[in-house]
Amino acid sequence: MYSPLIVAEALLNGLMLGAVYALVALGLTLVYGVLHIVNFAHGAFLTVAMFGVWLAWDRLGMDPYLSMVLLVPAMGALGYAAQRWIIGPASRGADNSILLVTLGLSIVIQNGLLALFSSDTRTIDTDYAFQVVEVGPLLLSFPRVVGLGAALVTAVALWVILNRTDIGRAIRAVAKEKLGASLVGIDVAHVYAVTFAIGSACLGVAAALLMPVFYVEPNTGAAFVLVAFTIVVLGGMGSVTGALVGGLLIGVVESASSLWFGDSLGQIGIFLIFIAVLLIRPTGLFGARQ
Amino acid sequence: MTSRDLIAPLAVAAVFCVIPFLGLDGALLNLLIFMMIIALAAQGWNILGGFGGLASFGHAAFFGTGAYATAILQTKAGLGAWPSLALGVALGAAVGAFIGFLSFRSGLRGSYFALITLAFAEVLRIASNSAEITGGAAGILIRLDYGFWNLQFEDRRWFAVLAVICVGLSLVLVRWMERARFGARLIAVRENEEAAKALGVDVFRVKMGAITLSAAVTGLAGALYAQNYLFLDAQVAYGSWISIEALFAAIVGGLGTLFGPLIGAVVLLGVGEITKSLAGGVPGVDLVVFGALLILTVAFAPGGLSGLAQRLGFKGGRA
Repeated sequence: MYSPLIVAEALLNGLMLGAVYALVALGLTLVYGVLHIVNFAHGAFLTVAMFGVWLAWDRLGMDPYLSMVLLVPAMGALGYAAQRWIIGPASRGADNSILLVTLGLSIVIQNGLLALFSSDTRTIDTDYAFQVVEVGPLLLSFPRVVGLGAALVTAVALWVILNRTDIGRAIRAVAKEKLGASLVGIDVAHVYAVTFAIGSACLGVAAALLMPVFYVEPNTGAAFVLVAFTIVVLGGMGSVTGALVGGLLIGVVESASSLWFGDSLGQIGIFLIFIAVLLIRPTGLFGARQ
Repeated sequence: MTSRDLIAPLAVAAVFCVIPFLGLDGALLNLLIFMMIIALAAQGWNILGGFGGLASFGHAAFFGTGAYATAILQTKAGLGAWPSLALGVALGAAVGAFIGFLSFRSGLRGSYFALITLAFAEVLRIASNSAEITGGAAGILIRLDYGFWNLQFEDRRWFAVLAVICVGLSLVLVRWMERARFGARLIAVRENEEAAKALGVDVFRVKMGAITLSAAVTGLAGALYAQNYLFLDAQVAYGSWISIEALFAAIVGGLGTLFGPLIGAVVLLGVGEITKSLAGGVPGVDLVVFGALLILTVAFAPGGLSGLAQRLGFKGGRA
């Protein structure tokens, strides 16, 4: 068996991987909680953000973490535009139509990137990618420590936006009662698009945290999207706390199962959890019972 | 269903049967065969997604099972090609019934149903990529051996005819469905599940029937694919490409219509070939066009191409 130290390190690393998962899932669950739609293009947006980080490094020589300054507003603008001018008008609010429009959008983005960048994988070399942080007897990977910290900061920021600002109040009003919100003068289409923008901006942060340790090619986001859906469903559709806890949990599960069973089975484990949660408790751990 | 109902599907099938003999070159003949396979997969999608309103993102699960079963039964169990094909269809239907039983018993619909079908297809893809019986990552080859009983034709025009006949059968099946009580109940469930239940429709049973039929038709598409290309791997059989093409063709052609999937497959793949030749080797451009067409269809022509044709006054479509 493995020594307790190795297991503890694996679990902690899983926790930190889970933090980045949680960040991807936060955007997804926010959009679901407010618009009640499943944004299938979320993974494709993540790929766009990751290519953004790579381009900033490749062309401008920008540090991946620093490129958040560019990526967060850019992804926010992209999300706003996509919801306001494509997804919203094309689907007219019908559940199945939204699913299909976002699927179409993800196919366009994914293959557009394939046409532009080909299917080569791209990576960023940094000095700190393989650095470790010593915490007592444990050795932790530096980029993952940063990831955990940034994910927590983002979750707190999201909480503050939703609970302490006017736009946050408007978002929660629209989520609860769309018609009522529009009657008191809230521009629902704008609030929808802002929610989408915040969800996509989270991907800007996630991409910057991922790139030092991961690679990007046009299909990268698709690999994350089912993991993100698993987290969202596990945590309860629309629950921010649920996404955070679910993300950390899935990270630990993946890390532990690849320690014991190898990588590909770890992946199957995630899908099986997803199926089991949907079948047994579709409201998830933190979702309200319908 | 009266014999008059059969005129349109049989006439269309007859026309397509003639096309291979109009002197097509090899590439065009291959394209025709591929169109028929996609039309079949899309017709399967249409039964569940179009008539039943249950959009699936995982029809690869049925396509891949039909394909792998056909290939494995021939190469590893020593069965003949025809019985293998029939068992492939049956196993595809069984996978459909299994996924349907679990999902519908839990009352999944809408986005949840789409996501769970996708997850099932992905589990099958990863499993078949490492399992021994499927040939793992190296894939599986069916030995080239021409002959009617091996379902391999030296003259590829006969394979095209076979594929057209299968599409014709699927048209007759869907026409029967449209005219039978089963189809009426399925549409009632799509339009308003609660109201259908109140009228005494056994919702669970109707959905089970729909997913089983749907999976059988898409399984047949997979079986034909295996027999045509004589090679399979996990990405081809269970990859998301086929889930997406089946869905695209059904929606662009016209959801819940008899000829929609066939029209959609012919138009989409035709457009795909044209864009590919215009793009000159840049990958992905045809799929960008497909994705844009899907969004435009959902936004401006929810009835797809058959719906458009009807609006412009042609009688085809739903007739």
